Amino acid sequence: MLNDVKTDTPRYTVADRAPRSFRALCLRWETLLALLLLATVFVNSTLSPFFLDPYNLADSTFNFSEKALLALGLTLIICAGEIDISVAAIMALASVCMGLLSLAGFGTPVLVLAGLAVGLACGALNGFIVTGFGVPSVVVTIGTLSLFRGLTNVILGDGAITQYPAGFGELGQGYVFGIIPIEFIVFLVLAAAFAFGLHRTRFGRNLYAIGNNAIAARYAGIPVQRYRMALFMLSGLMAGLAAVLLTSRVGSTRPNIASGWELEAITMVVLGGVSINGGSGSVGGVVLAILLLGMVTFGMSLLNVPGIIMTIFTGLLLIGAIAAPILIARVSGQRRRV
Amino acid sequence: MNTRTPHSTHTRIALALCAALGLGALTPTEAAERIALVVKNLGNGYFEAANKGGQEAAREIGGVELVMTGPTQPTAEGQIEIINSLIAQKFDAIIVMANDPDALVPVTKKAMQRGIKVISADSAIAPEGRILHLSPSNAQLVGEKLIAMIGKTIGGSGEIAVLSATAQATNQNAWIEWMKRTLAKPEYATLKLDAVVYGDDQSDKSYREANGLLATYPNLKGIIAPTTVGITAASRAVVDKGLVGKVFVSGLGLPSEMAGHVKSGAVDAFALWNPIDVGYSATWIAHRLVKGEASGKPGEEIDAGRMGRIKVGDKGDAAMAEPFTFDKTNVDEFARIF
Repeated sequence: MLNDVKTDTPRYTVADRAPRSFRALCLRWETLLALLLLATVFVNSTLSPFFLDPYNLADSTFNFSEKALLALGLTLIICAGEIDISVAAIMALASVCMGLLSLAGFGTPVLVLAGLAVGLACGALNGFIVTGFGVPSVVVTIGTLSLFRGLTNVILGDGAITQYPAGFGELGQGYVFGIIPIEFIVFLVLAAAFAFGLHRTRFGRNLYAIGNNAIAARYAGIPVQRYRMALFMLSGLMAGLAAVLLTSRVGSTRPNIASGWELEAITMVVLGGVSINGGSGSVGGVVLAILLLGMVTFGMSLLNVPGIIMTIFTGLLLIGAIAAPILIARVSGQRRRV
Repeated sequence: MNTRTPHSTHTRIALALCAALGLGALTPTEAAERIALVVKNLGNGYFEAANKGGQEAAREIGGVELVMTGPTQPTAEGQIEIINSLIAQKFDAIIVMANDPDALVPVTKKAMQRGIKVISADSAIAPEGRILHLSPSNAQLVGEKLIAMIGKTIGGSGEIAVLSATAQATNQNAWIEWMKRTLAKPEYATLKLDAVVYGDDQSDKSYREANGLLATYPNLKGIIAPTTVGITAASRAVVDKGLVGKVFVSGLGLPSEMAGHVKSGAVDAFALWNPIDVGYSATWIAHRLVKGEASGKPGEEIDAGRMGRIKVGDKGDAAMAEPFTFDKTNVDEFARIF
């Protein structure tokens, strides 16, 4: 396709984007995800009489909304060629801090602010180490993962904090209009904001530039380190928000809260078509991947498929998602669209 | 119970798809009553055994489909996700072996609001989140059983000692208290309790404490260790000192760990809850609640098939039975399970 652009365009015209063609639209990763999502909905509604029930579908979003918030933060981080593995551990630490404040008698607004603040602070620590010492983010966040989870274990031991103020549960358990969970609305609004930020602002363009070539981006005048710092703080803030919602939903904090969620969130991002090497991907793709994974899991749980088989299925889906474009490109003899 | 219209085409497609996915066994069958057994995690023999007992009860009752399900990792979040899908499927009753007594309360409350009978078994949900909790046993039954077992082994008279976990262990202290009360009864007047020592649930310390007992009390005929760590350590001490046949070890242990010691002769009989019976009784109780033949109120006695009538105590706690005895006739069979 890139070749087409070159030959069809007069030499001194530089197109802002590739021409919109039907073929290109069909080959878009998001189109494939949307088709897969439709197929999943069709298969699920055929297999289970309980699937196409508005209340059930709305309730099923409880299962992935918090992870989806992590995925939004990670989308930007991965687009910029970095990674944050500590997000679930940040959630645990934020949850514990909220629990301690709750035991001290503080009300819901303080707890929410504390959860967000702890997330932001943890993200800032990640960002500070990555930018200040030039350590690769994968190493830094593996380290802080152990640090945050370790602190949680030290504070809680094998105990739990279960006393939360009465109104606190409403955030994670409540509904808007009596049917749509508040959590899901929060996710949709933030997804729209992230899509705008990544695809319609200079900030977003600069992220892609950093993800493709950080050094070239620096020479182009983009303050790369400041961007990285901001991204880690944003990712931490999203983890803090996810912690607020999860803690509110389950009404208790244990040391193993949200364990393993970082991998599920990264799965969502990669399945959404974001290149793990950075530099490409879209929020729309990630949102579709989140819905796809959510509906696949919900459909299988309605058939009482054991969780072990579900994880195998998710794994196959992810491998397929990564392998498919490479295979298609090889068969059709084209380079993969960047 | 929801009414389900026959949908032969759909069912045929569903069957074909399920067969294609290798999930034939998981297709929901048209049963009049559906009960779910939510275990802590899948792939654990203890819970497989509970399911075996549940299926036995379902066959006896007739017209009941029992579905075992559970998360891959023993987390509350995983169980919440599963319980959400069970609510969506409009199950009649849910039996939960809870990973967290408090975190499951919001979701099980929701289930109960929608008319689903929720009970916990083995590991409890907090009282507000279930109708009743089925404990495999209670302190009194454990204490009486431990004394009765050692009494039978050593012929009704002689000196005994207790090797416990830590001095603060709540469960063990309650059991020891009931052992002492049982020993005060006239029929056990010939049994003499020499000492209670604490191995802190560490193998080496328990082993040293057991050796200490054997050295200090030359007339000792029995050691009761109401802890899985203590009972193996005491058995090893008896074998190492060459006292097999003179001193017998009893207590609470896992068949898989104890099979060798039963064969060596250091242990004549030991006890623990039988997960098969837990699954069996829980299924009967869930069925009685669905049919309205029981309400789960404190003081009520619920008929649970071959396990007899199970009494609901204070706070909705029901104790199933005295611990199940394992000896050379059945230890190998159960060692394969847990």
